[in-house]
Amino acid sequence: MSPIRQIRSRTVVLPYTNIDTDQIIPARFLRTTARAGLGRHLFSDWRYQADGAEKADFPLNHAAARGCEILVAGRNFGCGSSREHAPWALLDYGLRAVISAGIADIFCNNALKNGLLPIAVTEGHAAWLLDHPGIELLIDLAASRITRPDGAQLPFQIERFARYCLLNGVDELGFLRSQEPAIARFESTRA
Amino acid sequence: MFQKIWERHEVVPETPETPAVLYIDLHLLHEVTTPQAFTMLREQGLRPRRPDLALATMDHSTPTRTEQVFGGAPIAVESAALQIAELERNCAQAGIELFNLRSASRGIVHIVGPELGLTQPGKTVVCGDSHTSTHGAFGALAFGIGTTEVAHVLATQCLLQRRPKTYAIEVGGALGAGVTAKDMILAIIARIGVAGGSGHVLEYRGSAVRALGMEERMTVCNMSIEAGAKAGLIAPDETTFEYLANRPRAPQGPAWERAMEAWRALPTDPGARFDREVRLDADAIEPMISYGTHPGMVMPIGACIPGRSDDPVFDKALAYMGFSAGAPIRDQPVNVVFIGSCTNGRLSDLRAAAQLLRGQKIARGVQLLVVPGSQQVKRAAEAEGLDRVFIDAGGDWRESGCSMCIGMNGDTVGRGQYAVSTSNRNFEGRQGPGARTLLASPLTAAASAVRGRVTDPRELLGG
Repeated sequence: MSPIRQIRSRTVVLPYTNIDTDQIIPARFLRTTARAGLGRHLFSDWRYQADGAEKADFPLNHAAARGCEILVAGRNFGCGSSREHAPWALLDYGLRAVISAGIADIFCNNALKNGLLPIAVTEGHAAWLLDHPGIELLIDLAASRITRPDGAQLPFQIERFARYCLLNGVDELGFLRSQEPAIARFESTRA
Repeated sequence: MFQKIWERHEVVPETPETPAVLYIDLHLLHEVTTPQAFTMLREQGLRPRRPDLALATMDHSTPTRTEQVFGGAPIAVESAALQIAELERNCAQAGIELFNLRSASRGIVHIVGPELGLTQPGKTVVCGDSHTSTHGAFGALAFGIGTTEVAHVLATQCLLQRRPKTYAIEVGGALGAGVTAKDMILAIIARIGVAGGSGHVLEYRGSAVRALGMEERMTVCNMSIEAGAKAGLIAPDETTFEYLANRPRAPQGPAWERAMEAWRALPTDPGARFDREVRLDADAIEPMISYGTHPGMVMPIGACIPGRSDDPVFDKALAYMGFSAGAPIRDQPVNVVFIGSCTNGRLSDLRAAAQLLRGQKIARGVQLLVVPGSQQVKRAAEAEGLDRVFIDAGGDWRESGCSMCIGMNGDTVGRGQYAVSTSNRNFEGRQGPGARTLLASPLTAAASAVRGRVTDPRELLGG
């Protein structure tokens, strides 16, 4: 995974709370054995009509939203199923960060392991961002801070070890594997 | 109880810089969330470290029609057939035990583990599925993980984890007649909300929880994730031990005695502190039903659909459901009734539904689909004649699997149709694009199938 330090992008806003992973990537698209190619099914039932044409009123389909790398959504984003296909689909589509007043636990873990930044901010900051779609933000991971165009700064927290891995492009599995002696010791004491 | 299990599985304790390295005792796998994990291992030239601590089954995308499972008919959904073949290949290469499509032991992953006796008090259990919380009914620390974490467990038998907080859910009193464990957990979610358990392990306690059988406890713990929780736990007791005794994969003989001694020491010590607590009164819980598009949008079946001023998300949910604030949900016509899933696909659930369907016919125009949670549940139900009850009532009786809960195998609800479902999620499109799900208990589902309208089961139970 390549290191992530900063993301500068305009935002696309989905002003809904409790966006579940069945909306992010409906279950019928999970019948795959690959990680790639899920972006075209992202938010499929909200994004497309039954005939496959794009719904003009869905925010991701607006001309101004093309190329945006930051998604702002209502609280409890990513609730429901543990499918890692959700962050895979968001990343494959081109998004690199999700900002919300709350991010569901399993989705948050899955996002961190794939280099999608799950950023929880206060209700007040989230409300402001939801009210200002399309503004340009600078996300600074090392400083754990978002800078708005008016200069206001929004702090956020990301679990320290996950942040270290993201900043340095380190795979968590490598760290876990380096614990092998401790794991073997643990197993021998329980046998 | 949570602390005891956690501390016994810490290979390396957490520090401010690094999460704990947590040892996993039981890793369950299924066809949908594992293929990419096996690919990750192959890419790094790794082999599963402890295939003996893993067990695989197939459930999510498998067909439920007998001719496709046993009759040699092709699996109708081609991509599902590919996933099934991939799991067979991966498990054979890795040396992981697999219950394949025709296995007599196959079933929904969260039904198979307990019925074999593999799920035991004090264990850590993970699976690439959010409803892994089910296994917490035994006093096991059980939670859903993503596919990358599946690869972590395959490679190291460990996960990197920060310690969650604890949340006591005390349910006092006793459930009334016609009110079930499903109604209890829906009432809990209504109270604490769909993100109320976020970052916490819920421990269900109190007289109404103690009075539940193991299958009912699994129904409660199953939906912990629907409150956003990391896991759900119920302290093991005589009910737990009685369920586990003589199960094929439970400890036997002297090992059973040793295990019992350890299990008896697990429950939370009196006076232990929880980070949060809430109390509910079971006597006040009514049969519950969902009216919206997440499991927190749920109410007593006799209530009217609530309204919220100035909440466009709430209005969007009601518009999707075709409901108006202030209207009753009772007598809402239904098109489909689904009885099954890891929430309510066990023998006691089927017995409850059969109790209301015996000697009855389902209403004209209603489709009733009954899908046992495992092949073992199917055989046990057939031995009691429950299959005849459902078929004679006009229902469909199928092979086991997740089926219409998630609709991956082609068992779906049509656009705009209303389904009373014993499953766990009423998200938009969960049971098929445009499908409208009403979550309820097996009793409510069966009563609604008979009347063809949303029905309080107590009206049919008599007495």
